[in-house]
Amino acid sequence: MSEPLVFHFDIDGEDFISAGQASIQIKKNLRRLGLSPETIRRVSIAMYEGEINMVIHAKGGEADVKVYEDRIEIILADKGPGIKNIDEAMQEGFSTASDTIRSLGFGAGMGLPNMKRYSDSMDIDTTVGVGTTVTMVIKIQ
Amino acid sequence: MKVKDLKELLDAEVFCCEDNLERQVDSACGCDLMSDVLAYVKDQGALLTGLVNPQVVRTAVMMDMICIVFVRSKEPTEDIVALARDNGIVVLNTSKRLYEACGILYSNGLTGKATKS
Repeated sequence: MSEPLVFHFDIDGEDFISAGQASIQIKKNLRRLGLSPETIRRVSIAMYEGEINMVIHAKGGEADVKVYEDRIEIILADKGPGIKNIDEAMQEGFSTASDTIRSLGFGAGMGLPNMKRYSDSMDIDTTVGVGTTVTMVIKIQ
Repeated sequence: MKVKDLKELLDAEVFCCEDNLERQVDSACGCDLMSDVLAYVKDQGALLTGLVNPQVVRTAVMMDMICIVFVRSKEPTEDIVALARDNGIVVLNTSKRLYEACGILYSNGLTGKATKS
């Protein structure tokens, strides 16, 4: 297997309004690589929700997108508060986001479910008080 | 219908990307919750919303949408328009409310159904 093409982003957690810039950039990068619109859409939506989550809950973090021949891996790592109960967090509608975030169109408890919806596999490695790393894999179609 | 037809029907003002007014829109959605747009929308070309912030544009970009209509006369800020322009998305606003704007478009043939599955 050849080495993946890696795109790295530092996600600024200070400003919710600017959240999503890395996902827009990834979308542009994947377009240049000539991937199918469906694959690009799935990767960019999954990453966008992840990016929003990192800004809402963890004051930012780091994102790596690795493009292999047959799949794309998105690795989102933060040093936030961690997820106390993953089963609860995976339920559509469960949210701990503030009213401010809700007023901006997010925080309705759809973030993690959407990330799972658009990826072929998703793994959450989290420790309360230490941080969370979410790894999503999307097969290239 | 074309984006310019949608503009006429809603008596809307155009803020950017006039070049794309000739583009075809086959279905639309009306929603203020961007996570729901990301979850349930598929191949809808137009997003009607009362929410005004840059995340609306980013959501539209993620969903490969063609135009955004801000309802209830809500004016997009310059950073919103700049982001939309950079991504080729037509930004419109109309004085009509969300329900009314959706109803007008629906009754003129713009359904909520995606043409592609």
